[in-house]
Amino acid sequence: MILETEGLTKEFAGFTAVNGVTLQVKRGTIHALIGPNGAGKTTCFNLLTKFLIPTRGRITFNGQDITALQPADVARLGLVRSFQISAVFPHMSVLENVRIALQRARGGSFDFWRSASVLNSYNQRALELIEDVGLSSFANWLAVELPYGRKRALEIATTLALDPEMLLLDEPTAGMGHEDIDRIAQLIKRVAADRTVLMVEHNLSVVSDLSDTITVLTRGRVLAEGDYKTVSANPEVREAYMGTGHA
Amino acid sequence: MEQRVAEPIATPEVQPTVWRTQSATILFVVMVVGLIVAPFFTYPLFLMQAMCFALFACAFNLLIGYVGLLSFGHALYFGWASYLSAYSAKAWGFTPELAILTGTATGAVLGLLAGSLAIRRQGIYFAMITLALAQMMFFFALQAKFTGGEDGIQAVPRGHLFGLIDLSKEMNMYIVVLVIFLAGFLFIYRIIHSPFGEVLKAIRENETRAISLGYKTDRYKLVAFVLSATLAGAAGGTKAIVLQLASLTDVNWPMSGEVVLMTLVGGLGTIFGPVLGSFIILVMQYKLAAVGEWVLVIQGVIFVACVLLFRRGIVGELANKLKIRL
Repeated sequence: MILETEGLTKEFAGFTAVNGVTLQVKRGTIHALIGPNGAGKTTCFNLLTKFLIPTRGRITFNGQDITALQPADVARLGLVRSFQISAVFPHMSVLENVRIALQRARGGSFDFWRSASVLNSYNQRALELIEDVGLSSFANWLAVELPYGRKRALEIATTLALDPEMLLLDEPTAGMGHEDIDRIAQLIKRVAADRTVLMVEHNLSVVSDLSDTITVLTRGRVLAEGDYKTVSANPEVREAYMGTGHA
Repeated sequence: MEQRVAEPIATPEVQPTVWRTQSATILFVVMVVGLIVAPFFTYPLFLMQAMCFALFACAFNLLIGYVGLLSFGHALYFGWASYLSAYSAKAWGFTPELAILTGTATGAVLGLLAGSLAIRRQGIYFAMITLALAQMMFFFALQAKFTGGEDGIQAVPRGHLFGLIDLSKEMNMYIVVLVIFLAGFLFIYRIIHSPFGEVLKAIRENETRAISLGYKTDRYKLVAFVLSATLAGAAGGTKAIVLQLASLTDVNWPMSGEVVLMTLVGGLGTIFGPVLGSFIILVMQYKLAAVGEWVLVIQGVIFVACVLLFRRGIVGELANKLKIRL
């Protein structure tokens, strides 16, 4: 197990968004978190990456209790997230976006007396990462000018620059056209080869195609868990999430 | 299983926006030459005062323009630096360079104290805390003995630089101020274009994302805050020696507002904007001195016009039109 939670709970003034969720993510797998709107998937993500503080429960990453850590510390341990709304640095170039992540990992980020040209030493690695996600010809573009699907690809490249042990992807294909979905799905499959991925995803064909394990959440609780076949055969899941008509 | 391959990269149809940067160098040379010849055409005292304010505005711009933090209490660092410089020169007989360094250090210390408190809050709350702390220290300046209360510290000796160069000679003083201003300006340019500046830019662009990449953004913001307060201190200290005066005006809240106005008129987040902005505001105050309180009304109108019509400020609008970085 790389990531485990025990009785994870988050209450907002009288409303329980996540209710006693116990989750176990196996190292080296792609684990999907699915569920209808408002099931608490994104809240769960925010709890895992410490952007929200859990009301109760424990989170361990690589055997270390991370329940009380700050978001930046969790990222430094190798648990790095993406966001539902594409998270890039809009008025920085694609290259600069990736370099910011490399710069953090390799140090020297407080050097205000040195020229930014020292950052050019990261260019080669940055360009490799950019090429990996198919953005080579966009390297000098401002991130804000990229089409949506490419922004997601850039976000993944930036995340990979930290060489994280585990990636948390919040709806990586949301709002994308078919071509982009295919490309991002392939990309996830590729980066998951030597990493662990936990993702929230609505697109069921992506989920069935990619995931080793699926956890279904409804109203803040775990409803079912297993591979796609097991989960989609579960009558409760079919009723709560997929609709009875869906096979 | 069939392995799908990511689609080949199509040649982008739209070319990315390319911003030219060499024009900044040209403009810098123009500015330096202008400031060297200017004292032969107009009052050196006015120019020196303008350069002090320009440095103050540049320091303020480092926060608002490059980190996105609105400090509404920058008079605290400017004003208190000016008190400490004036006092150390007059009462302790410090040489001008030591007096100015004392002021600069005052800015740094106050910046560290105020910054550590303010940085924990965001947006308007951040601005309010900086204002509250500045006002607290204003009342302290009003009551304390050594600040001279309503009178301020007057007749501050300019002294001899390094004990050698007589600064009561206007041209000597002018060269010192010019050197301090240019050094401060270049230092800020370096900060912005440093690995640290790159992180600041990322924080301004998308702080949550910067955090998720493992950056402890509060620490970066605090360092930027202290750097800004330190430079504001250098400006305030220099001003005290130039005008031979430190007074409540420098530490009161309208001074904090004025530096916002100067930066806004010139262009936030542009390296030259605050310089142009402070010269414009000071020229206006001199030319319109005759109409008295109406200056404030006119300033107010400019402020509104700026926000409504050209939000990027003069330099910002120009840079955007010409697609250059200034």
